[in-house]
Amino acid sequence: MLQARKNRLWKFFIILFMSAGGILLILFSLNSKLDLFFTPSEMLKADIKPGYRIKLGGMVKSGSIIRDGTKIKFIATDFVKEVPVIFDGIPPDLFKEDSGVVVLGYFLDGMFEAEEIFAKHDENYMPPELSIEAAEI
Amino acid sequence: MISAFIHKFSSPKSFVKITKTLYPFLIFIGLSMLIVGWVWGLLFAPQDAVQGNSYRIIFLHVPAVIYAELIYFFMALCALMHLVWRVKLAAYLIKSAAPIGAMITFIGLFSGSVWGIPTWGTWWQWDARITSTLILFIMYLGILTLHGSFSNLEKSDRLMSILVVIGVVNIPIIKKSVDWWSTLHQPASISVSGGSSIDPSMLYPLLISIIGLGFTLISLGILSSRSYILGREKNKKWVSEYV
Repeated sequence: MLQARKNRLWKFFIILFMSAGGILLILFSLNSKLDLFFTPSEMLKADIKPGYRIKLGGMVKSGSIIRDGTKIKFIATDFVKEVPVIFDGIPPDLFKEDSGVVVLGYFLDGMFEAEEIFAKHDENYMPPELSIEAAEI
Repeated sequence: MISAFIHKFSSPKSFVKITKTLYPFLIFIGLSMLIVGWVWGLLFAPQDAVQGNSYRIIFLHVPAVIYAELIYFFMALCALMHLVWRVKLAAYLIKSAAPIGAMITFIGLFSGSVWGIPTWGTWWQWDARITSTLILFIMYLGILTLHGSFSNLEKSDRLMSILVVIGVVNIPIIKKSVDWWSTLHQPASISVSGGSSIDPSMLYPLLISIIGLGFTLISLGILSSRSYILGREKNKKWVSEYV
């Protein structure tokens, strides 16, 4: 390989590593700030101030949804800690028990008051007949 | 050895000639597979147990975002060729691939938003996957803008290649974002190692649309790079002989 070409190859890798290194440093220092939401355990440990708007994410505990008109009460869980959530409004279609949910709102006196609810979809795609079979097994 | 190989296949003249014969086959394979994949996916594949019919946007969204990343990766390989071996053709290919990459990234973002409204209940969240994909879109636009901002085209090519290399770090970040951070976007359904959490009745039309879109985009790339090369080298002798 020509000497000049070898030098250019070095320069190429230097550019690549400098850019990768710089961006990785940024990502490591931001780390958990890049998470979209707190899990219930993280939120309870983080001691969130009342009036601080945050996102909480977890699974809707099975059998925990209570509807009263447009008001919805349910429990968000990460299977370690649980947080009761109240919401007034229309949740998305995929909001259901044993399914992922992200709520935006305030944590006050052990109760999460949600302003908005987002449903999290999992990576599984299957036709309805198969899903009934899977549930029976 | 490598250099001889590279220089043999890197002349703009032979690229224009070879792609002219390849183009009809590629566009035929691409469009027919795309039609088969989409008709199968949109009309004949079963509904999803949870999402009903709205999951069908997967047949556009997943192929689009796959190529949003692959086109950038291809551009980064071209940047290596251009910066180290000084292959001019590689720079021409970057310049012609970038608008296609920007278009397909936009389609990916837009179709994702359309899907997000009924399923997530929101069309946009600043989660790691969505944000890094938006950065990819901005990178494509930035690359094109940078190339357009100098009157010296050789200099434009060089700086464009450097910017492409700087931005390539974003590709693994997009790929791993759903594993590294908590996101609203779901983790990957198909893995390169062969695993899939999509039922085969939906997976086959999806794979066909992915391959079909690939060939279609290569054909589009051939069209745009051929016209760009002929424009760039219009003062060269071979172009006046060829046209």
